Amino acid sequence: METLNNSSAIMLLRKCFRNKSVVVGAVILFIMILIAIFAPALAPHDPYLTDGTMALKGPMEGYPLGTDELGRCVLSRMVYGARITIPYSLLSLAVAVVIGVPIGLISGFYKHLDNPLMRFMDILMAFPGMLLAIAIVATLGQGLGNVTIAVGLGSMPAYARLIRGLVLSLKEMPYIEASIAAGGSDPRILIKHILPNCVPTIVVYSMLEMAWIIMSISTLSFLGIGATPPIPEWGALISAGKDYISSSPHISGFPVIFIFVTVTGFNLLGDGLRDVLDPRM
Amino acid sequence: MMEKEMLLSIKDIKKWFPVDDKLIGKPTSFVKAVDGVSFDVHKGEVLGLVGESGCGKTTISRSILGLTEPTSGSILFEGKELMGMKKRELRKMRSELQIVFQDPYSSLSPRMRIADTISEPMEIQKKGNRRTRRQRVEELLEIVGLEKSFADRYPHEFSGGQRQRIGIARVLAADPKFMICDEPVSALDVSVRSQILNLLLELKQGFGLTMLFISHDLSVVEYICDRIIVMYLGKVMEIAKRDDLYRNPSHPYTQALLSAIPIPDPTLKKERILLEGDTPSPVDPPAGCRFCTRCAKAQEICRTTAPELKEIEDGHTVACHLA
Repeated sequence: METLNNSSAIMLLRKCFRNKSVVVGAVILFIMILIAIFAPALAPHDPYLTDGTMALKGPMEGYPLGTDELGRCVLSRMVYGARITIPYSLLSLAVAVVIGVPIGLISGFYKHLDNPLMRFMDILMAFPGMLLAIAIVATLGQGLGNVTIAVGLGSMPAYARLIRGLVLSLKEMPYIEASIAAGGSDPRILIKHILPNCVPTIVVYSMLEMAWIIMSISTLSFLGIGATPPIPEWGALISAGKDYISSSPHISGFPVIFIFVTVTGFNLLGDGLRDVLDPRM
Repeated sequence: MMEKEMLLSIKDIKKWFPVDDKLIGKPTSFVKAVDGVSFDVHKGEVLGLVGESGCGKTTISRSILGLTEPTSGSILFEGKELMGMKKRELRKMRSELQIVFQDPYSSLSPRMRIADTISEPMEIQKKGNRRTRRQRVEELLEIVGLEKSFADRYPHEFSGGQRQRIGIARVLAADPKFMICDEPVSALDVSVRSQILNLLLELKQGFGLTMLFISHDLSVVEYICDRIIVMYLGKVMEIAKRDDLYRNPSHPYTQALLSAIPIPDPTLKKERILLEGDTPSPVDPPAGCRFCTRCAKAQEICRTTAPELKEIEDGHTVACHLA
């Protein structure tokens, strides 16, 4: 198995640079993060400034991607949207990892807790992720914060299952048994031996899961239960543009491209990292 | 004969694995991996445990270490009962019993430096501080014949033989009284095998370690063991001192095993006892003697009554009606 520690970190980095998916994915995400950070410098206009005289214009000078129904600059709104969509998606991912991974560790390690925990995860997984998120939002109330929690909880059972399976196979490994035989306590074995061996899997899966999370947050915003106007969340932008899709397709079209590119970036990075972290490669 | 001091005493250990694990109700059929095994380990000896794959050797070692819980029986270590011991007490006891695994590739954590792997037992026992543990790691590396500088490397940089030495260093770090070697050389090249065996012998003499040496290779066992237990299908067939066993094998199964050891002399014609058929399923072992289905000398009584272990000479017991 490849290691994530100092001595082989350089080797790992070299492997990453040799992998085209990793490089392309990382570059795309790096650009997206730069866009989010430097949004005020990049946006040509105030994303919230309405101008009735400029409504529903196509791309033109001063408005490279045109304007929406209220005359706001589409490019500016999208650039500012990166500041909403990307951090909230990461937050959502954090919710999934922080809850899902410990549940997986515990149910894989303690046989008597496995059945109750996994049956509960089964119940959650029986709902399609999106439906579960909608149900949670319906309970917690509308808003971007609640949507973030809901989407995180929606992808959490998958983490629990994934890690549980991994723990089940890892705890049979002789080096884990050696630690048990030496008298290691359960927390010690879980944190010092099992968790480090789960990290590559968690990283790879998170990259692939990010794609689902971004789309879910955007979808919920599109459905009108996430970001509320005038927040320029990408999904909300698409939603706002849908009424004008035949006459002014650029309002929805450009955010779609942005989401597509970002999701592709995460997918490429995830796929590439899977290859890089696989010891057999 | 001088009365030897007992270190470990195993009585009537059984480990049955359920085959049909139903959601509701009790399972009805079991794999009888170990079915009533008793033996003693004397202080300072190397006890060999031989038998073919699936005869329960590893299950016994895992039971002694507390990695699986036997279905029934008793394991006395220095007079203390290990079975049913509370988890916390058991954890304190554990460092006294250590194991060298068969597969040197999966027995070291790929994400830990050699120094961290070796010092882990000391860390768990809260022995010394960081610096003294480090010193001990370097000492141990030299004892097992490796360079001190290996301490900061990772397992994937080492060969199978070197890894097995690291595994042995980890065992020594725990300062155990009893060490189980579960086929420690069967995954190694023949050229490295004797080096590891010699290292184990040196340690036995240098540290007065008591060992349970599990193997399916009788030539290896002959080299290193003082006493040998022969197992077949979850039962003990024969227990004897090494020389007695090789001079006077009394169970037909032992005789067949010994006849299979190759002799490096092409002119020597040797009569081999070839066993026919496969090992019967441990789910449904034969009634009577476990070995009767493959035994050339089997009589009517062998098929109906299971033979008890009986002593045929001093310290030599056999489970066979005909012995």
